[in-house]
Amino acid sequence: MTTPPPATEPAATPPPEAEPDGQPGSHRSFGDIIRLAIQENTVTITVLALVTATVLGGLLTAFTNSAVLTAWGHFFSAPGNAVGSAWDAAFGTYWALFEGSVFNPHTVAALFQQASFSAAIHDGFLSAVFNPLSETAVQATPLILTGLAVALPYRAGLFNIGGQSQFIGGAIMAAWLGYAYNMPFFVHVVVCCVGAFVGGAALGWLAGEIKARTGAHEVIVTIMLNYVMLYFLAYLLSSHSLMEAPGGSNAITLPITSNAHLPLLAGTHLRINAGFLIALVAALAVWWLLNRTTTGFEFRSIGANTRASRVAGMNVERNWTLVMTISGGLAGLAAASVILGTDFTLNPQSYGTYGIDAITVALLGLGRPGGVVAAGLLFGALHAGSPGMQVSTGTPVQIVQVIQALIVLLVAAPPLIRAMYRLRAARAGGVSTTMSKGWNS
Amino acid sequence: MTTPASAERLPVLLPPGPRAGDAAARFGGRFAAPITYAVFGLLNILVFGLHAHGDATLSFTPEFAKVSVPNLTLAAAATCYVCGVVSIALAVVRLLDVLGTIHLGRVWRRVIVGVVLFLFIIALLAWADGGQTIPFNIVNLLSGTLSDSIPIMLGALTGVICSTSGVINIAIEGQLLLGAFCAAIATSATGSLWLGLLCGALAGSLVGILLALFAIAYRVDQIVLGVVLNTLVLGLTGYLYNALLTGTYSNTLNNPNTFNQLKIPLLGDIPIIGPVLFDGTVFLYITYIVLAGVQIGLTRTRWGLRTRAVGEHPVAADTVGIRVLAYRYRNVIIAGLIAGIGGAYFTIGSVGSFGPDMTSGEGYIALAAMIFGRYTPFGAIGAALLFGFTTQLQSVLSSINVPIQSNLLLLAPYVVTIVVVAGLVGKVRGPRAEGVPFIKS
Repeated sequence: MTTPPPATEPAATPPPEAEPDGQPGSHRSFGDIIRLAIQENTVTITVLALVTATVLGGLLTAFTNSAVLTAWGHFFSAPGNAVGSAWDAAFGTYWALFEGSVFNPHTVAALFQQASFSAAIHDGFLSAVFNPLSETAVQATPLILTGLAVALPYRAGLFNIGGQSQFIGGAIMAAWLGYAYNMPFFVHVVVCCVGAFVGGAALGWLAGEIKARTGAHEVIVTIMLNYVMLYFLAYLLSSHSLMEAPGGSNAITLPITSNAHLPLLAGTHLRINAGFLIALVAALAVWWLLNRTTTGFEFRSIGANTRASRVAGMNVERNWTLVMTISGGLAGLAAASVILGTDFTLNPQSYGTYGIDAITVALLGLGRPGGVVAAGLLFGALHAGSPGMQVSTGTPVQIVQVIQALIVLLVAAPPLIRAMYRLRAARAGGVSTTMSKGWNS
Repeated sequence: MTTPASAERLPVLLPPGPRAGDAAARFGGRFAAPITYAVFGLLNILVFGLHAHGDATLSFTPEFAKVSVPNLTLAAAATCYVCGVVSIALAVVRLLDVLGTIHLGRVWRRVIVGVVLFLFIIALLAWADGGQTIPFNIVNLLSGTLSDSIPIMLGALTGVICSTSGVINIAIEGQLLLGAFCAAIATSATGSLWLGLLCGALAGSLVGILLALFAIAYRVDQIVLGVVLNTLVLGLTGYLYNALLTGTYSNTLNNPNTFNQLKIPLLGDIPIIGPVLFDGTVFLYITYIVLAGVQIGLTRTRWGLRTRAVGEHPVAADTVGIRVLAYRYRNVIIAGLIAGIGGAYFTIGSVGSFGPDMTSGEGYIALAAMIFGRYTPFGAIGAALLFGFTTQLQSVLSSINVPIQSNLLLLAPYVVTIVVVAGLVGKVRGPRAEGVPFIKS
């Protein structure tokens, strides 16, 4: 799902790609059978949410574009021109996103004009073809890891908004171990990653422990910890005696040594690095933990029904602390992938918007590791394509944030999507975000 | 937190998990208050007292005041010592209260908290201004605090109304941001400040409508929803800012006037409190009115009683004929108006033009203030003022070159909030049905 579908004018019908399961000779109409086949499926809701968000995003880009607005000013004299310019603006934006994140025809054309294949590799033309995909992977790496950090506690009934604080905790450890020590090549990277995991896990543990000991709601605790860590990071970077690089007042650490860089996977021209593998392995590990271990069973059980789990003899508090610790560690690994993989230094803005993006990734991924990887790749593609899109079409990069929020808003409200596309109500549930529990549970 | 209700229902089956009431005791909660006071006292003596030198001059007169109050000159070190000793004495009094030797009422306990905080601030100021030639202007500090806190106060009051009606509102941040955005545009486009204020309020209400719709009708998890709405507004305002407000339209759409200071004729001339309380923009007086309205409304009117019933026990409220969902819809949407006004303060109340993410997390601070203030209007206002005071103190201290780590000072309120939420100082309990969707059977 790395390809944002091009915008169309508002779609009124669901895409009819689902196959009818019912008997062809039944008395129901064909449309009914299609609907029956797809309406119970959360995947359908997700796909429809993606399509709707894409259309809304396209409309937003079209109707904030000055050329389009001018054309619509002459709507009654040239209606075709008005609609056409709106389509051009929206399609241009999505095409630019696609070129920046998946595949750019120009680079392929350039590749075929080369004399020989070896020359193409040597001069970097082959890399240029794969650069968009590499960038998507690079952008997706921290999104997948922080997304897992939200998804895992979500399955245990906890909502971790503290991705930012845990990311900062991991980033501080990764950067400090990275620039302050000299170790052999492989050892150094591993030490830094473990350090980042521990740094993030410490923050996660703190939130989990406060929740377990006092019952304080983890949402408030993690929001507050986000700000605590934000200012703590600024404090660490404000003094030469702490972490600021000597001989300057840039609030930035020394660059980490090259032994601590995550190894590149596909040559020096592409930024894709071992962090992406770490993210995939982490997703696999989370899947294994959730579905193949007793601990994971307890997590899911507590998430489904805390009271029943307690009666069944599970130690709910200990599990809360444990799941938050692991999730903090995952957010810490995300920091390692950014600090050791692409940034190579730590500054007061290193945490970016990963804390919030993670929530959207986890919700779109329906809280499942595989879903998180897919959602992380999709949003990673949006992030990777957006700078080029802003340059070539003038559409501000924030459109990505809007589309992201719209997708999640629609995914979180299956009844709305059902109402929009006239789907029949499912018999049970839907996406788990509708199970609202409140502060006091 | 373990629900007391379940514990009552299943007294035998439940293993002895941590109960909400025990948590404070297990953390030495009985002694937390005296210990905290003693720590403040020791800080006054050991940190400020030992490092203070010279005289501190506190001035109480703003520029151009009709009545001037003489400056107060204190020996810095001696002041710190006195403050420290008195704080420790109060700690002893509180300790005797805990041990049962003497009995203090609730009012006296609160007075002691206030006095200890006041002494701490006096000691801090004496230390900060000791040896400086410029007198430290208390009036400017306090009036700055009050005006800086306006969005936090209004946001927190919004939160109080929503929570009391049983809806968690994390979207305060989004309401503030959209309010700021719309107020700036409306004022620039029409030239009317009052129309801008109205549009800001309506913008906050618009987010309220989305919140109400998704939370009440589609029963989306309200915490998830709030975070997603914040992301949506952040992305949307950032996008529209870059698409429309930076280029050709920056002068016509993002160049609003601001409200002037409005001094209340007689009250404004009272020394010290006049310039602080009765000399501000119209937002200050709106805040007073809203505070009085919410306090009286929630505690003294039929609407308030019903709202509280809807938030505490919707089933009971429904049984006696209160329309639960209608109350929740109406309250969330009306409360949005308040936060929208708070957002308008960012643009047409202070700096004028809009900037991306200009609320910088104050909505989350408002949320913390609401919980810190135990879901009561006056408590929320007090907590909001505390947050505003720290920010203002930090900016004043850094402007007179006091060697204090501004980041650590900014971090302090968040730590305090965690401590409060964790129940170390006292149990905060929200409305019972907060965040639980009501399904009429």
